[in-house]
Amino acid sequence: MTELVIPPALVLLSGALLIAITRGLLRNSVLLLAPLITLWAVWQIGDGVEVVGSFLGYEIQPVEGSAVRRLFATVFTLMALIGGLFAFRQARTAELAAAFAYAAGAVGVAFAGDLITMFLYWELMAIFSTVLVWCGGTPQARAAGIRYAIIHLLGGVILKVGIEGIVVHTGSVEIQPMLATNFDTWMVLIGILINTAAPPLSAWLADAYPASSPTGSVFLSAFTTKSAVLALILLFPGEGVLIWVGLYMIFYGIIYALLENDARRILAYSVVNQVGFMVCAVGIGTEMALNGAAAHAFAHIFYKALLFMSAGVVIYRTGKSRCSDLGGLFRTMPITTVCGIIGALAISSFPFTSGFTTKTLISVAAEHEGLVFVYFALMAASAGVFLHAGIKFPWFVFFQKDSGMRPKDAPWNMAAAMIICAAVCIGIGVFPEPFWALLPYPVDYVAYTPSKVLFYLQLLLFSGLAFFLLLPLMKRTLTISLDTDWLWRVAGLRVANACLKGFERLGVLVAGLKASLYDNAPRLTSVLTSTGALGRTWQIGTTALWIVVLLTLYVALYFL
Amino acid sequence: MDDNDHWLTRPASIRKLWIGFSAVLAMTVLAQLVIGIKGYFGVDSMFGFAAAFGFFSCVAMVLLAKAIGALLKRPEDYYDD
Repeated sequence: MTELVIPPALVLLSGALLIAITRGLLRNSVLLLAPLITLWAVWQIGDGVEVVGSFLGYEIQPVEGSAVRRLFATVFTLMALIGGLFAFRQARTAELAAAFAYAAGAVGVAFAGDLITMFLYWELMAIFSTVLVWCGGTPQARAAGIRYAIIHLLGGVILKVGIEGIVVHTGSVEIQPMLATNFDTWMVLIGILINTAAPPLSAWLADAYPASSPTGSVFLSAFTTKSAVLALILLFPGEGVLIWVGLYMIFYGIIYALLENDARRILAYSVVNQVGFMVCAVGIGTEMALNGAAAHAFAHIFYKALLFMSAGVVIYRTGKSRCSDLGGLFRTMPITTVCGIIGALAISSFPFTSGFTTKTLISVAAEHEGLVFVYFALMAASAGVFLHAGIKFPWFVFFQKDSGMRPKDAPWNMAAAMIICAAVCIGIGVFPEPFWALLPYPVDYVAYTPSKVLFYLQLLLFSGLAFFLLLPLMKRTLTISLDTDWLWRVAGLRVANACLKGFERLGVLVAGLKASLYDNAPRLTSVLTSTGALGRTWQIGTTALWIVVLLTLYVALYFL
Repeated sequence: MDDNDHWLTRPASIRKLWIGFSAVLAMTVLAQLVIGIKGYFGVDSMFGFAAAFGFFSCVAMVLLAKAIGALLKRPEDYYDD
């Protein structure tokens, strides 16, 4: 253990506090310096437990380092930095402060050595990401933020139940690989999966992210799902059920994105799709697959942020986000268009972009394990990603028809952030080797062989052909698609309303009964008067007769 | 500046783009004769496999989306009371 270890999450959290209380140049310098100092702190963390403490009588390890933890913490911090650059002239201070606190939560999860610390940072993320959704400022954002908070608090409770169970039954709070074999571990797994937007609660992502501000969605796309992927890598490597959960997410994302009209919702569904690749890789669980999951998460954060940035610029400039309202923007927004296309190519794992080098790690890992079905499903999914995100997003936003709008291109800071992200997307795609040195396990893999490049070119370009041939089938409609959240947004509401109405009727009934009781009070009490049935004096003979009857009954019952 | 008539939107250039795109598609398949694709499971090294697989998976996904959409699509204001 070193003498002095600065927990990187606390650096970023202090930055968030400072951002909240400063203004102008001072605030902007914090926006720049806090992530840089955090980045330095991240790389001071060695392997193993670096900080220990005690909390409520438990030995906790707030900072534990390893290659994969540093990798995730690095990309989270970089995203705070680049997101800050993208947003600092347009976003409100509250939004920036919330985004930094949210990023601090993600960095904290990355270094959490025990389940209690992880849970605390997990909830920090839930709180500040909700604030970030609310910063969208519209009534829709407020409502979506409440729904988002409910799902994440529910996920937190489930995670907490699992953690408590593990602590009680094993006495250990350590973060170590486990499998979902009993109630406790299942609860932890479900709690984490809720944050990856796994089924059946996937709808929160496409509900909340597009409701945030044009700058807010850039931050939102980076932290929650990817910190959950890291938690899966640390806690559930090789848990077989994740393969199928991941595949479901992959195809769910594609189908819903194909049906969607709103540009940011298309991107939100493709987050679920891409996280599905990572979840599937964790399920495969070999060193190569885990490398693939970590590498893909890193690459994904950059190209997804880039896509959300380009969509954000379009919304910032035009105020519109529906594909049916957009189109033809390439004329006046060349930087945004080119950057959006680079992001779209990277998400589609097009050769010489980051997605190609990282996603093929996952599919080859599936092949090494002999998972034929999984391998071909991932191939079909790669084609589907090109279809729904690679072409559909840039085509409908920047080309398609002429919407008549001639908005200005991105402001300088937004353009700079996009160009940095685009450079990373291409950089990792062309020179993957330096990046692979950061991965948790040694990489024994050649990304570029002529055979592999040709295979992907055929796969992707013919998906492109399918897109343009099927374009008439993909006419944008002014619709949304129902998801499982229908169950509580509509069915649940109806049941609740029906219950309320039932109670109302019951109330009316009871009131009626009460009223008639009062009305008949004189008649009812008359039985108690000296002439009434219960009040009048009985003759001795009658009383004796009743006593005999009762005693006989008693004796009879006693002997039975 | 008259940017309504951008070169990319003229029918003639769109036709040229289609021709160019088709040529590239044909080339990626024909290149397999020279380079050869080393598949993992046998079937994926067949001539033009990736092209056909990509194309037909996409057709299947679009049709599936269409079918699901018929069931699940609602007007945008569905959730607004």
